Amino acid sequence: MPATARQPASHPRPEAIRIEGLRKSFGPLEVLKGVSLRACEGDVVAIIGGSGSGKSTMLRCINFLETPSSGRIVIGGEEIALRADGTPASRKQIEKARQSLGMVFQQFNLWTHKTILENLIEVPVHVLGTPKADAVARARKLLARVGLAEKESAYPAFLSGGQQQRAAIARALAIEPRAMLFDEPTSALDPELVGEVLGVIRDLAAEGRTMILVTHEMKFAREVASHVIYLHNGVVEEEGPPDALFGSPKSDRLKQFLKSVA
Amino acid sequence: MTGALALGSTLDLLAYSPPGWGANLLRGLWNSVLIALGAFGLGLVIGTAGAYGKLYGGPVTRDLLAVYTTVVRAVPELVLILILYFAVTDVVNQLLVAWGQSRIQISGVAAGITVLGVVQGAYATEVLRGAILAVPAGQIEAARAMGMPPFLLARRITLPAMLSFAIPGLANLWLVATKDTALLAVVGFGELTQETRQAAGTTKAFFTFFLAAGVLYLALSLVSGVIFGRIEKWARRGQPNVGGSGR
Repeated sequence: MPATARQPASHPRPEAIRIEGLRKSFGPLEVLKGVSLRACEGDVVAIIGGSGSGKSTMLRCINFLETPSSGRIVIGGEEIALRADGTPASRKQIEKARQSLGMVFQQFNLWTHKTILENLIEVPVHVLGTPKADAVARARKLLARVGLAEKESAYPAFLSGGQQQRAAIARALAIEPRAMLFDEPTSALDPELVGEVLGVIRDLAAEGRTMILVTHEMKFAREVASHVIYLHNGVVEEEGPPDALFGSPKSDRLKQFLKSVA
Repeated sequence: MTGALALGSTLDLLAYSPPGWGANLLRGLWNSVLIALGAFGLGLVIGTAGAYGKLYGGPVTRDLLAVYTTVVRAVPELVLILILYFAVTDVVNQLLVAWGQSRIQISGVAAGITVLGVVQGAYATEVLRGAILAVPAGQIEAARAMGMPPFLLARRITLPAMLSFAIPGLANLWLVATKDTALLAVVGFGELTQETRQAAGTTKAFFTFFLAAGVLYLALSLVSGVIFGRIEKWARRGQPNVGGSGR
């Protein structure tokens, strides 16, 4: 099997996502204390860290599911305008940025009152204005790709967790995003279903998709990521190429963390 | 023999064409259904706006809505009908006079729909608020995460998703609406109860007419049950059956 971990290419690629000095507090609790991240097109950035390290919050700040307290966020070269308190200045700009980011959640979050196919065409047809026939054709291709061609008329509740998550990935791909955001995509799955979802994500990485992935699957992160960020208590404790980070961790905290999850 | 006679005269009383009173009763039923439909519809509109206001509105909106739902649900419907019917008519006419227009007679249907709609709206606000809260937050978040604007999100995701949670409560509200139309008899509106009272008072056949009215209300309720059963089945289409629905 060819290694899918890629080194940053020598020629410069356009930047997809950049966050700088991001801070986020929930009340008196500061969960992100000035973190930064940069992903160029084709990069797969894995964010790892213990429970409560702020990794999910960091990911959710990228598409403003959490409102940062301060910091800069640049999506596709366009900086999101923020007010002094960190809230977005323009709802339209946020919506446009979100339409270029395919988010996959831990709990799948498929719309239960819609069939799988309806889930996939909802945003393309009603938000992006894609003609319905085109959206359906594209959705069918995506479903075939994640191995769910037979399930297009099924409702989400009648699918296994692994199938639901693969459908959710297809739904995120259906908006033809610039980058994919994965928030612990396998954490809610039974162990025997994890493999099928990781397989889909691995394929996406191999075809050069830009992805930011919050995960507990260390082996998988090492295999697919081009860059790994280790968060601890809201700060980037260590980052670098996966082989360096997992092979010869520098900080004691990361060594300890890797030992605890091994 | 006398039994057959009594039955014959009862049927004569309920006959559709005069001297039977059947047409009057059916007209009353029609008016009741019309008002109930209007009030229920108005209640849904007020309730949807009220539920969103209570969930996502600012502090002033939330306080005003709390006053509305508290007051309307605390005061007996009969009292509200008397207050709203006479007070609203009075206020409208005073305004008209102040603007140099002539007084108008507010139609019983419009007044009935408005009054009962305001009452229904207060209950519907709470039913819909609860139903919206029952929609898994992740489903709303998924739509936001893909850049869906708020109004579209409500129409395409939240409202359809909450329907299955709201239907049992809304079916109750509809039945309450059909029966609350009877309260409009106090302001002399010709709905089913008022028509029945008139027929019974004129013929002195109280038992016959009120029994007939009861049967009509029951029939309305049974038909409603079937319709709401179908709506609920449709609203729950994506959910596995966990041991039978409400009906």
